Amino acid sequence: MSERLRIGFIPLCDAAATIIAADRGFFADEGLDVELIREVSWSNVRDKLNIGIFDAAHLIAPVAIASSLGLGHVKVPIIAPVALGINGNAITVSPALHRALSDEAGAGVSDPLKSAQALARLVAKRKAKGEEAFTFGMTFPFSTHNYHLRYWMAAGGVDPDEDVRLVVLPPPYMVDSLTNKQVDGFCVGAPWNSVAVDKGVGHILHFMSEIFASAGEKVLGLRQTWANENADTAARLIRAHHKAGLFTDDPANREEVCAILSVPSRIGVPAEVLRRTFTGRLKVSPDGAMRESSRYLWIGKNGAARPNPVHAAWLYAQMVRWRQAPLSPALLAEAKAVYRPDLYDAASGTTQQTIQGEPADGIGAFAGPAFDDKDLAKYLAAWR
Amino acid sequence: MDPTLKIVIVDENPIRAAILEDGLHEAGFTQVVRIAETANLLARVYALDPEVILIDLENPSRDVLEQMFQVSRVVKRPIAMFVDSSDSASIQASVDAGVSAYIVDGLKKERMKHILDLCISRFNAFSRLQGELDKTKTQLEERKVIDRAKGILMKAKDLTEEQAYALMRKTAMNENKKIAEIAQSIVMASDLLK
Repeated sequence: MSERLRIGFIPLCDAAATIIAADRGFFADEGLDVELIREVSWSNVRDKLNIGIFDAAHLIAPVAIASSLGLGHVKVPIIAPVALGINGNAITVSPALHRALSDEAGAGVSDPLKSAQALARLVAKRKAKGEEAFTFGMTFPFSTHNYHLRYWMAAGGVDPDEDVRLVVLPPPYMVDSLTNKQVDGFCVGAPWNSVAVDKGVGHILHFMSEIFASAGEKVLGLRQTWANENADTAARLIRAHHKAGLFTDDPANREEVCAILSVPSRIGVPAEVLRRTFTGRLKVSPDGAMRESSRYLWIGKNGAARPNPVHAAWLYAQMVRWRQAPLSPALLAEAKAVYRPDLYDAASGTTQQTIQGEPADGIGAFAGPAFDDKDLAKYLAAWR
Repeated sequence: MDPTLKIVIVDENPIRAAILEDGLHEAGFTQVVRIAETANLLARVYALDPEVILIDLENPSRDVLEQMFQVSRVVKRPIAMFVDSSDSASIQASVDAGVSAYIVDGLKKERMKHILDLCISRFNAFSRLQGELDKTKTQLEERKVIDRAKGILMKAKDLTEEQAYALMRKTAMNENKKIAEIAQSIVMASDLLK
């Protein structure tokens, strides 16, 4: 008799490990009978996980931390024993903003520091003329997308709260909003950036991997109480994700992975668009220009599925930086404790790998001080 | 009841929104506004400045409303989600019914409970109606297919209407299937053989 579980997800490429585990038999191998439920909003995923309608969820990492710390919502401790993706986001801007940034920065526009400084100059010009501020879309107040956009523009001298408008948009509405000129740009996960480029309404300005070498993205979220009471089931869930993650990132399985994910009840975009994401070779401009990165999105390779508490600390630091949370050593410890590499290691039989060329501070940001998860006060003070 | 309480309903389903609005009117709330279009949702909500916002859970724009929790220069007054940890039965009932509520901080819990209960019962009533409608539709379609299959059998095997129906029923029982499924197979086979 296999165990029935319900897992919620949002149709994005970094739900791959969960979807592949369900549709390629990795859950079944562990004796788990998993029903995947496609959701429409992060609020729904969070609430349904919190109240027990879902046993586990594809969750945006800052939501797992915010829920555990009781920020912005009900406090429900969540643990993240699997990381579902490293990187995968991109910043896309309208053709008009891309042209203006290119005019300011010249060929340097593909350098995130130069593009951010160019944005700062455009902002100043708009202010001087009394024109309306630029508007950028992101997916949720407690989202990597919110923090990634802010990090990038602040490095160039733009105050994300005063100089531009940041608005929450559901990912499926991003492209339409760019088309209708309701936003000038957005930060979102795959495949929505590619969809905007294909429609001719957007230019991918930066892959997130150009801004951070290693940015923690989604996690598999479990209620802490559930995980404690169902330790064996949790271990099987983790093991299935570990195997599915490796399977997803193996180039030999790419066609099969993209075919499984492209089904309407899963991610529901053409396999060809998904393939670009997983190979990290993306069309970045409507004229067909391509850009490639070996770090665009990692699901299971190079230890990506092992949750790294430094990523949790970095996300908490962003919450403090942007005044969503107070700074306290207790909250920092709680945020780090959300990530559970110990459970991952125990279930998957792996240990932490040392990988050549990975950033020393665990993040590898393009600008600003090195991250220090032991001394957030000093790290944050370096920004003022 | 406080008739001056301003309530906004965000629902892309106009029938369900109307049912809910009627319920709120009957309960004495006169200031109820429906928003079906979710473009510029936040700006429209701020312009209306409601004390209570009700949103269906199938609406992706729920995440947009979450921005109201943030300290930001566009916020006029703090908003909290009603369903908090002290009331898990309410959370469960509202999520099951498919609705979520946001209220201005400081609004009395008991008053909000009344509105949410009303919401839950109207949403549930709507799902029941929708379920019955779907069932009726399916039954109608099945009836049509069965009639067509009966006609095909009557012609092909020279049977009376009763005999044709009895044959389908017997086959359905033997195959452990529904009569409609057998009828569907007959219609499909007949179309293929045309």
